[in-house]
Amino acid sequence: MTGSTIDAGEIEKFQAMADEWWDPAGKFKPLHMLNPCRLDYITSQVAAEFSRDLSTARPFEGLRLLDIGCGGGLLSEPMARLGASVVGADAAARNIPVAQVHAEAQGLDIDYRHTTAEDLAAAGETFDVVLNMEVVEHVADPLTYLTACRDLLRPGGLMVCSTINRTPRSYAMAIVGAEFVMRWLPKGTHEWRKFITPDELYDLLRRAGLDPVDRTGFLFNPATWSWRLSRRDLGVNYVTTSLRPA
Amino acid sequence: MSYDADVLIAGGGLVGGTLALALTSAGLDVILIDPAPEAGGAGFDGRSSALALTSQRLLKALGVWARLADDAQPILQIKVTDGRAGEAPSPFALEFDHAEIEEGPMGYMAENRHLRFAIASTVAESPVRAIAAGVTAQSTDGAGVSANLADGRRLRGRVLIGCDGRDSGTARRAGIRHVGWRYLQSALICAVRHERPHGGVAHQFFMPEGPLAILPLTGNRSSIVWSQPHAQAARVMALDEAGYLAALRPRFGGFLGEIALEGERYTYPLSLSLAQHFVAPRVALAGDAAHVVHPIAGQGLNAGLKDVAALAQVLAEARRRGEDVGAPDVLARYQTWRRFDVTALAVATDAFNRLFSNDNPLLRFGRDIGMGLVNALPGARRGAIREAAGLTGDLPRLLQGRPL
Repeated sequence: MTGSTIDAGEIEKFQAMADEWWDPAGKFKPLHMLNPCRLDYITSQVAAEFSRDLSTARPFEGLRLLDIGCGGGLLSEPMARLGASVVGADAAARNIPVAQVHAEAQGLDIDYRHTTAEDLAAAGETFDVVLNMEVVEHVADPLTYLTACRDLLRPGGLMVCSTINRTPRSYAMAIVGAEFVMRWLPKGTHEWRKFITPDELYDLLRRAGLDPVDRTGFLFNPATWSWRLSRRDLGVNYVTTSLRPA
Repeated sequence: MSYDADVLIAGGGLVGGTLALALTSAGLDVILIDPAPEAGGAGFDGRSSALALTSQRLLKALGVWARLADDAQPILQIKVTDGRAGEAPSPFALEFDHAEIEEGPMGYMAENRHLRFAIASTVAESPVRAIAAGVTAQSTDGAGVSANLADGRRLRGRVLIGCDGRDSGTARRAGIRHVGWRYLQSALICAVRHERPHGGVAHQFFMPEGPLAILPLTGNRSSIVWSQPHAQAARVMALDEAGYLAALRPRFGGFLGEIALEGERYTYPLSLSLAQHFVAPRVALAGDAAHVVHPIAGQGLNAGLKDVAALAQVLAEARRRGEDVGAPDVLARYQTWRRFDVTALAVATDAFNRLFSNDNPLLRFGRDIGMGLVNALPGARRGAIREAAGLTGDLPRLLQGRPL
């Protein structure tokens, strides 16, 4: 495992950062709160497409999966636990050892790499599943990026892509709500004008050579303080599934 | 680091055993740790439990009910009466009949020995790994929990669940404190054989000194739960069998004919105890380890089985998503689900007992009118029946009789 490349003196620092990533009440609380909902969507889409039974112990055995923007491994770890062979990629070098330290403690074997989708595509890597969650609103050129994602999928492969809609409500929720009022996310993490509507994303996906097959909203309920999936309300956070034509 | 199992359960009683079965049915890997596992073959010790309809559904969904059904007595009617020893019951009585709800009987009565054996034999044929030893120490870290056993073994899991009863060592070692108080009452527990059939009717008499429950068992037998002030309970307990029956008879009334003791009799001081937290890092509590309530409504085991259903569902969903089943946010979902309900039950049974366990004429008048009113209103009565049958609240799947 790549854990051997970590400088021993740094481990403690990485451990502290991992604890921060994985503290459900800490800095990444919004991601932890959203995570069960994201996982419900991802697992049901992958299980349906590849005819896997989620009641079995390791339903994603034999699937090669890429988690782009893996951070501390909030999605990579569940996917590895379900049996997928996982590559976690992050453009921020500091996240890699942090994610490695945590996966090792969990007894999970995950291939974390400091790289980008474009570089992986250029190296000719391919996957059955690409998770592209809360990334597309951060990239400079979404079409180039999504085209690289298409190249990363084997024909018949599946990509789950989530982002934030560009609506007055998302402006209020994501900018005023999440970033300023709730102090959930570091200020400046998102820039509202870069947000993409579901129709725009479907158009981009098609132009990238993908076949979008599903769109679903992630809906926050302030009364229960939790997220749920919504077929109708894609007004703020939403997620899509697309396939690379065989 | 590797794990010996996903879930370690401390305590293999009624709650621990059903939880092990529920988690295994959802594909989780479980080790059940108990220093004195159920061997079967025990004679009747006089103890029995009320099973709400929802609890019966859970046992059915887990494959336990088929082994218990022949030994379970359906409760077809509940009669609640305000009474004083040696007096005719108040004309204002409450009657609840299962015919008013669609789901069948309101619940069942089963002897604890049958329940224990039905659960233990189902566990024995399941993939649950049972270990006959006690937990002596536990320690947690960010990725799991380790339990030291009395036989020197050390086991590692993602979460340790304490089903080890009212003096839960799991709770104590996790630093979870309990709040509550002792009642000035003790419960006298026994079973009686009687001359006339009970017709599946459960009786709850509210006596000034404390409530008396007569609950139907199979055959011409009933289970007695009789709450009394400590001194009085001790006095009755010290009597010989004939004296004990002589004390019980006037309260019992003549409607079941001659009575005789069946099995042993017990007494224990009543208390209310709620864990301040149902979860701690890598630890969760279920059943009496989390809450002990007044036996007035026969809801102790039913509340424990609700814990089982909710916790098993939370962990099953987490496993299906690939989440770490012992992660703090996963365990917090269980606590959120159960704590409000359990606190409400504790408050309700406490208030009920305080309202009925006295002879204040004004209160007596008030509660008689109240019972008369509830009885006169079909909607309120159906609501009370559904509550007793466990059919209210946000029902976990197992309590609806559905698999996880």
